[in-house]
Amino acid sequence: MTFAHAIGSTRYTFADLRDLLAKATPLRSGDVLAGVAAESAEQRVAAQYALADLPLEHLLSEQVVPYEADEVTRLIVDTHDAEAFAPIRSFTVGELRNWLLSGQATAERIAALAPGITPEMAAAVSKLMRVQDLIIAARKIRVVTRFRTTVGLPGRLSARLQPNHPTDDPAGIAAAILDGLLLGSGDAVIGINPAGDNASVTARLLRMIDGLRQRFQIPVQSCVLAHITTQIDALKAGAPVDLLFQSIAGTEAANRGFGVSLALLEEAHQAGRELHRGAVCADGQIGDNIMYFETGQGSALSANAHHNVDQQTLEARAYAVARHFRPMLVNTVVGFIGPEYLYDGKQIARAGLEDHFCGKLLGLPMGCDVCYTNHAEADQDDMDSLLTLLGVAGVNYIMGVPGADDVMLNYQSTSFHDALYLRRVLGLKAAPEFEAWLAGESFRQLAADADHPERLLSA
Amino acid sequence: MSGGAQRDPARALAARLRALTPARVGLARTGASLETRDLLDFQRCHAQARDAVHSRLEAASLARTLTEITSAEVLRLHSAAPDRATYLQRPDLGRGLDEASRKLLTARANSQVPGSPSNAEATLSLIVADGLSALAVERHAAPLIEELLPQLDGWRLAPLCVVEQGRVAIGDEIGLALTAQISVVLIGERPGLSSPDSLGAYITWAPRPGRTDAERNCISNIRAEGLSYTQAAGQLVYYLTEARGRQLTGVALKQESPRLKEG
Repeated sequence: MTFAHAIGSTRYTFADLRDLLAKATPLRSGDVLAGVAAESAEQRVAAQYALADLPLEHLLSEQVVPYEADEVTRLIVDTHDAEAFAPIRSFTVGELRNWLLSGQATAERIAALAPGITPEMAAAVSKLMRVQDLIIAARKIRVVTRFRTTVGLPGRLSARLQPNHPTDDPAGIAAAILDGLLLGSGDAVIGINPAGDNASVTARLLRMIDGLRQRFQIPVQSCVLAHITTQIDALKAGAPVDLLFQSIAGTEAANRGFGVSLALLEEAHQAGRELHRGAVCADGQIGDNIMYFETGQGSALSANAHHNVDQQTLEARAYAVARHFRPMLVNTVVGFIGPEYLYDGKQIARAGLEDHFCGKLLGLPMGCDVCYTNHAEADQDDMDSLLTLLGVAGVNYIMGVPGADDVMLNYQSTSFHDALYLRRVLGLKAAPEFEAWLAGESFRQLAADADHPERLLSA
Repeated sequence: MSGGAQRDPARALAARLRALTPARVGLARTGASLETRDLLDFQRCHAQARDAVHSRLEAASLARTLTEITSAEVLRLHSAAPDRATYLQRPDLGRGLDEASRKLLTARANSQVPGSPSNAEATLSLIVADGLSALAVERHAAPLIEELLPQLDGWRLAPLCVVEQGRVAIGDEIGLALTAQISVVLIGERPGLSSPDSLGAYITWAPRPGRTDAERNCISNIRAEGLSYTQAAGQLVYYLTEARGRQLTGVALKQESPRLKEG
């Protein structure tokens, strides 16, 4: 189906839904690289007018990636909840924006809507939203998950402690974990990106963290972000696996590039659930969210698996994959992929807020790796701005990297200090279980024993 | 935490943590924030990395140096990305040559002495490209090549190429044009905050456009604080020998690579 909108004497037409969504997307380098971006600013806003008038129901009948060719499309279509969708069935995309920003859209109503919203609906409405819209709408939505800590509660901000080391040296990793814990990070997860993808190294690191956790009674969960098959191997060999991680994307072909399928993710999810390693959390519920996913705009294009769909719509489709597995944590790694996808601080900031909003609208516990590489047009000021905006938007968690400098992955993320800043400036607290631990005897013991960091390894 | 009484023990702990990792652990705080010195140290490193990304390769000077080292012709080429801003946003343009370079290369290939190399000799195309750090190339390319050359027994060297605004895959077009059995691209890696001058080497058997990253082997982190020239040259010779024996590069070779193991 073609779409059209006239501005003055110019009539702009759009070949199909895919073209309309791409042309309506605020400018970013990845869509230009893919050849799908609007060719002028006026064409972009014409597409936005046309998109605003599009009935939401149309987004159920026309697919951007064919149903027959893609298991992510099949997942989206086959799991759509018509009953949850009913309250907004008669809306256009523009009316959905109006409703989300209105007093009608309470936290409960938006949450009930989630199974009826498709990624394409979330992406479409976000393309009509300004930064303040993305913030005020996302802020209404709380998605709370539990393992040993409770993440996503109102008034809380958690941090993933990311203690990476260039050669996976356990002592070096332990030093960074200690540094982070002493500065109040780690309540989302202690998550290590390993330099090598190897089951025995994965198991060794998991055992080290588990020893530290038990010795000092720390309410945290751990994760080694190797390939999911490597984590399953470690799990089968008896390693103490808390959360299972995988990078995912919004098309079947892009996921194949990551070496995963929905079936493989399901297998991992089942294997992890059988371990029952979650604890009783602050509200008395047993933590049973065990998956951790990372995503990022541009990943499908970089795998040449984008089907000429714009990168932001594809990113939202990755969230359909994520929500199928009731994850503990999901975050976009927003500035990691490089300037050919998000060129500068402005593009990175908008993308981070879009991803956070779309994820929350789809019912995901969204965090964000606020980050950049040295070849992007961005710096610490840009990161401070996005960090603060996401805090206001109610982001579940951010990253905590020593000094914001990841010496293994060679990019700049946020630091333990940044998490402290955000909590302080917005009056936010750590996860309740972790907050209690920080005030208790075990934390004092850890701080005392920290004088000899090498001894912590022999736990 | 920045109070006077706690300062000395905190500093002692910071020193012990720093002895265990190159990460920026043990940073003091004033309130929630970084102290001035640590803030400026970070900004200095970022400034150096940014300068490395945006500085222009002194291609003429590098070509002269390489001519002296190799006593042979060095070709100066340019990718289809005319400038850095385009290069950063259009990786596809950095993977192919511009028209003038393509003509130069074709002319050079046509003037090659006819006849295939003897069985004992295969042709190696050595390519130096600025990539994301001209600084890395200016510091490390010539010394590494000097270390490597005496170890290239049984290889015939195609004319060495220096490429501006080039990405790894540009070696595929060049290697094919020079009818090389294998290409080695020495290229500036994306600068990390503490490593603005890291050089990478990518080895590709039977180079031709369309090769994927899975079909290459890579030696990374060649710099003063990383892999030495001797180590890097040793690994390169290993890959070249293995590639020639098995007529391939990439994932299949990776398993047996001499890369340092973790831990």
